[in-house]
Amino acid sequence: MSRILVVVEQREGRIARISWEAVAAGKRLAAQAGAAVSAVIVGANTEALATEIAAHGVAKVIRVEHPLLGRYTADGFTLALQQLIESERPTQVVLPHTYQVRDYAPALAARLNEVLISDVVAIGDGPVFTRQLMQGRLSGNYQHTGAGTCFVSVQAGAFRVEGVEAGTSPALIEIFTPTIDAAQIRTKPGDPFRGSSQTVDLGSAQLIVSVGRGIKEAENLPLVQDLATALGAELAASRPICDNGWLPMERQVGSSGQTVAPKLYLAVGISGAIQHLVGMKGSQCIVAINKDPDAPIFEVADYGIVGDLFEVVPALTEAIKAARQ
Amino acid sequence: MKIIVAIKQVPERDAQVRIDSAGKWIEESDLQFALNESDAYALEEALQLKEKHGGEVVVLSAGPERIGQTIREALAKGADRAINIACDDLNTRDALGVARLLAAAIKTESPDLVLTGLQSEDLGLGQTGVILAEVLGLPHASLILHVEKTDAGLNVKRELEEGWFQQIELPTPAVLTIQSGGNKLRYATLMGIKKAKTKEVRQLTAAELGADATAVVVLDRVTLPQKQKSTQMLGGSPKEAAAALVEKLKFEVRVL
Repeated sequence: MSRILVVVEQREGRIARISWEAVAAGKRLAAQAGAAVSAVIVGANTEALATEIAAHGVAKVIRVEHPLLGRYTADGFTLALQQLIESERPTQVVLPHTYQVRDYAPALAARLNEVLISDVVAIGDGPVFTRQLMQGRLSGNYQHTGAGTCFVSVQAGAFRVEGVEAGTSPALIEIFTPTIDAAQIRTKPGDPFRGSSQTVDLGSAQLIVSVGRGIKEAENLPLVQDLATALGAELAASRPICDNGWLPMERQVGSSGQTVAPKLYLAVGISGAIQHLVGMKGSQCIVAINKDPDAPIFEVADYGIVGDLFEVVPALTEAIKAARQ
Repeated sequence: MKIIVAIKQVPERDAQVRIDSAGKWIEESDLQFALNESDAYALEEALQLKEKHGGEVVVLSAGPERIGQTIREALAKGADRAINIACDDLNTRDALGVARLLAAAIKTESPDLVLTGLQSEDLGLGQTGVILAEVLGLPHASLILHVEKTDAGLNVKRELEEGWFQQIELPTPAVLTIQSGGNKLRYATLMGIKKAKTKEVRQLTAAELGADATAVVVLDRVTLPQKQKSTQMLGGSPKEAAAALVEKLKFEVRVL
């Protein structure tokens, strides 16, 4: 019988939504194959989390416990999960596509002569795994052809968690103790810290005007600032704008910045790479202004204007000012 | 410090990409190519480390003949020499296959540090650097914004999610994947471009490196993405489109 392991990630003792989405993806695979889903939690003290996971309709929860796993390291996690996988021999391993998973899962798969299919957005019959290519302009369908374990990481927001909650009786909880020697962990991680004092809380903003690479020069930013002011909106940006130092990092929306869900998200000159979309696609209404009709931002937009932002934005600012009078 | 920077040539950012007739990849014949953005940041980090601590920066790339141009650009920016792995089947190798190929070339150099960009703009797998570390048996850290050399090895600044960071200490030799935005990118100078023409480019072939190319994961089909929402497009002149949007914001979204 095929077996599916879902690795659930904890951050500061909490399980983030993306891990429940990974469980949902695991269940989707299980439904195809008539398999059972087991959840895996890695750490030094996972009892409470395991109990929480056990109530979410999985067949089994495996606590991969070791004092050296209390703080995440790629070496520790790779070693521990390698041993678990060699013992469990699952057909598939599903992981949430987080920064942590990106840091160890490719090495874990490689150690077992396998390749992670990363950042999957959909699972079709076969199974066929769909992921984005060319910064979201195209999709690629991937298949695992090897005889061993298939490794998949799923993108935030791609699988619905509804239904994951429905566990009838708590699942069995097992403890797996990997063999790890302190000398095998070669990196020494420090405590997480905040980059700068966060003075802008985009997360609670109702209206956001966000600007991307299409603005071309820092000198052109007042154009978008004027639009934000007319609308009474916060100004935000995609990563390249903050990388260039044109706006402070704290205004960045996306996987490395803030996650927002305003009533209105107006994206100006943003093509819509995955890393940006995961930070804003929960917005109630998305408007995109972009010169490229094929820009992936239009895939999530409610309203779109294809055109030169240097013409459209001033016109829009004027129209909003007129409507406000 | 001897640093190898693994770089990839990818289609230019604004290029109009079309699916090829077999539906397996994109039509490459009419495309312009450029250096992958996060690899440019990896190169910049390497050049700055060399300026501070001395040593050598070697760029490494694999692919068809056209990658020669991107390699020359990296040399013009200041890399000391290059390794060019001729490989016409890069697209059908999976991430492990590509990493094995690069690792075979890196092993001949015994570097102190291997840098690569966080992910490519075409496939976006974000795995090559991490797998390289595994294949080479070296420690690694990913999503790195800043690298500092210490007596014991390296102290690096790693980006975490949602505006958090972390310092990590690790010994050398090591592999780091570099996130964009940590440094300001330099341009090639006229002098640099001139000098690049005389710099050494070691030519290798995938065949002579003999790395296993058997894929366990295959890209079976390339399609247009499915729309997640039905987008209402507002046409006309900029003024007309703006007026139409204001109507929507007023009466449907109700934010005006």
